[in-house]
Amino acid sequence: MDTSTRLSLYRTMVRIRAFEEAIRREYYVGKQPVFDIGAGPVPGEMHLAAGQEPVAAGLCAHLRSDDALTGPHRPHHIALAHGVDMKRMTAEIFGRESGLCHGKGGHMHLFAPEVHFGCSGIIAEGMPTACGQALAFKKRGTDQVAAAVVGEGAVNQGGFHESLNLAALWKLPVIFVVEDNDWGISVPRSASTSNFSATDRGRAYGIPGERVEDNSVEGVYEACGRAVQRARRSEGPSLIEVHTLRLWGHFEGDAQGYRESELEDVPGRDPIPTYRRTLIEEGLLDEEEAQRIRAEAEEEVEAAIRFAKESPEPAPDEALEHVFA
Amino acid sequence: MTTAERTRERRLTTARAMVEGIAQEMRRNEEVFVMGEDVGAYGGIFGTTTGLLDEFGPERVMDTPISETGFIGAGVGAAIEGMRPIVELMFVDFFGVCMDQIYNHMAKIHYESGGNVKVPMVLMTSVGGGYSDGAQHSQCLWATFAHLPGMKIVVPSNPRDAKGLMISAIRDDNPVVYMTHKGIMGLAWMAKNARSVGPVPEEEYEVPIGKASVAREGTDATVVTLSLSVHHALDVAERLSGEGIELEVLDLRSLVPLDREAILESVGKTGRVLVVDEDYRSFGLSGEIAATIAEEDPTLLKAPLSRVAVPDVPIPYARPLERAVLPTPERIEEAARGLVGA
Ligand SMILES: Cc1ncc(C[n+]2csc(CCOP(=O)(O)OP(=O)(O)O)c2C)c(N)n1
Repeated sequence: MDTSTRLSLYRTMVRIRAFEEAIRREYYVGKQPVFDIGAGPVPGEMHLAAGQEPVAAGLCAHLRSDDALTGPHRPHHIALAHGVDMKRMTAEIFGRESGLCHGKGGHMHLFAPEVHFGCSGIIAEGMPTACGQALAFKKRGTDQVAAAVVGEGAVNQGGFHESLNLAALWKLPVIFVVEDNDWGISVPRSASTSNFSATDRGRAYGIPGERVEDNSVEGVYEACGRAVQRARRSEGPSLIEVHTLRLWGHFEGDAQGYRESELEDVPGRDPIPTYRRTLIEEGLLDEEEAQRIRAEAEEEVEAAIRFAKESPEPAPDEALEHVFA
Repeated sequence: MTTAERTRERRLTTARAMVEGIAQEMRRNEEVFVMGEDVGAYGGIFGTTTGLLDEFGPERVMDTPISETGFIGAGVGAAIEGMRPIVELMFVDFFGVCMDQIYNHMAKIHYESGGNVKVPMVLMTSVGGGYSDGAQHSQCLWATFAHLPGMKIVVPSNPRDAKGLMISAIRDDNPVVYMTHKGIMGLAWMAKNARSVGPVPEEEYEVPIGKASVAREGTDATVVTLSLSVHHALDVAERLSGEGIELEVLDLRSLVPLDREAILESVGKTGRVLVVDEDYRSFGLSGEIAATIAEEDPTLLKAPLSRVAVPDVPIPYARPLERAVLPTPERIEEAARGLVGA
């Protein structure tokens, strides 16, 4: 892999982390000392993707802005990596008129048609949509592809299996990416899933797959590269599973009592410091440059948060708009 | 009540009251078990199973995969064999991925079998918005379920009813959909409604399914409502009482069967009715109540029926948008004033 790609993967991950940290900080405004999920400038559930940056960076490095991407309830990392406008996305999370969806969607329902991005809070239900987008590309004979990202909990949902079958049957240009962060809220994969790897399920439908261990951004990059190329060449769907890490709770406010036994070594598995060390050891990055990358990311994120806060809230009457086109 | 009695009176949150009802039935009857997502170690996302794993173990308190068609259907199957499963659908909004098991199987098998097969299960699920959880996590949808024949629908508004209705639901030989609004549960992490904590008798008791209760007596108009909106209606009623307007608040508690007699009796007394419903406005509960009065005796009404419901739009995320569509105390008060002045 060339240096500029590796640095670019690093930059993408740092940018996502800066975003998630800032959203986390803003989320707790108005929710302390007593946590109230509906209080503060950013109300509602908040599922952050810290620790899962390698998936977003490695996958989206291969996607063009005319490729489609659907995400699950934990969508920020892939949205940002795919080029969803950070300012308007932040404004949406703050429920502002200038948000991607004028405040109607919120953090689990971000839609950015200019980059063919959408997401859903219903487990696995972004997958059929991605199949349909891939179907449209195929019918029109373009070389666009569609990708769907879901958690490992989604592999037990009917929508997952129906999508795999459709994609294989119709040879759709689609890439399914499973983020295996070990947990579906409080339920470990071992207690929810009868066979170990989602790639086995893919194979059962005739879909080639790869499982990437160690949350390795370069591993994801390589595997997704092969999958996207296959799709662009009209060779059909692929399934990539990444053993990734949920660095924080399922949602903010989750005390994670069910996870006590492993919480201690979670910070040590953080993929960003690990990759930074690798790049520094190989002489591709130094501390100063790493700090500059982080500072740049923070600057962009803080500007997005300022933009959101300065944007007006939607007028109550707007609630009645947009039911029909 | 004496002070001594009051201190002896035990107060629980609605969630704790539900758990107590479930636990008492599980102790009484080996055939009762619980399954759903995060019902074990987590204790239920809305606290509906907290502590049950410790007492009853993983055989009777089963965490499931995220496979609602699978495990709700499995609940139906176990119920057909005579067990009494309590199955949790975490948010009612997720019904989309499993409705076939609910309405083509759970709800219809008894009828299709000509009464030969019973499906004694409880499907418990959380409903409602008000904390900006967006269009896929904030709906009530009770009328969608009530529209489909074969399931009883209960919707408690307070801890005492929650426990008694849970026990009745478990003992009922029919499928019962048990719907709790997140805002009445007394959750530590959500703004608490003052009445989400209340007195709950320790012993086992049933609250009859299909019986409404008069939450407040009044003479000038009847507010027919359920769930969290009962509390909003009571708050409004207290405010208006200071101005000499006395609202009667009828807490439906069950949608199926619907206590039509209680509605007609109250409307017969006040002559004015406001339906407050956190579900969508059209083709739903408020229309059903209007039809009930119109069919029975439209002359009961001294003024046209009024309703406060979610205008027919999905629940939006941003706070000002969500507040504009939910039946807030402000909207209820405005409608009540309009109705009484009419
Ligand atoms: C159909 C459906 N069932 C249940 C839920 C509730 N829920 C939200 S996230 C989640 C766990 C998802 O786990 P996983 O797919 O592994 O993704 P992760 O949260 O770990 O990123 C559950 C059960 C839902 N949103 N949709």
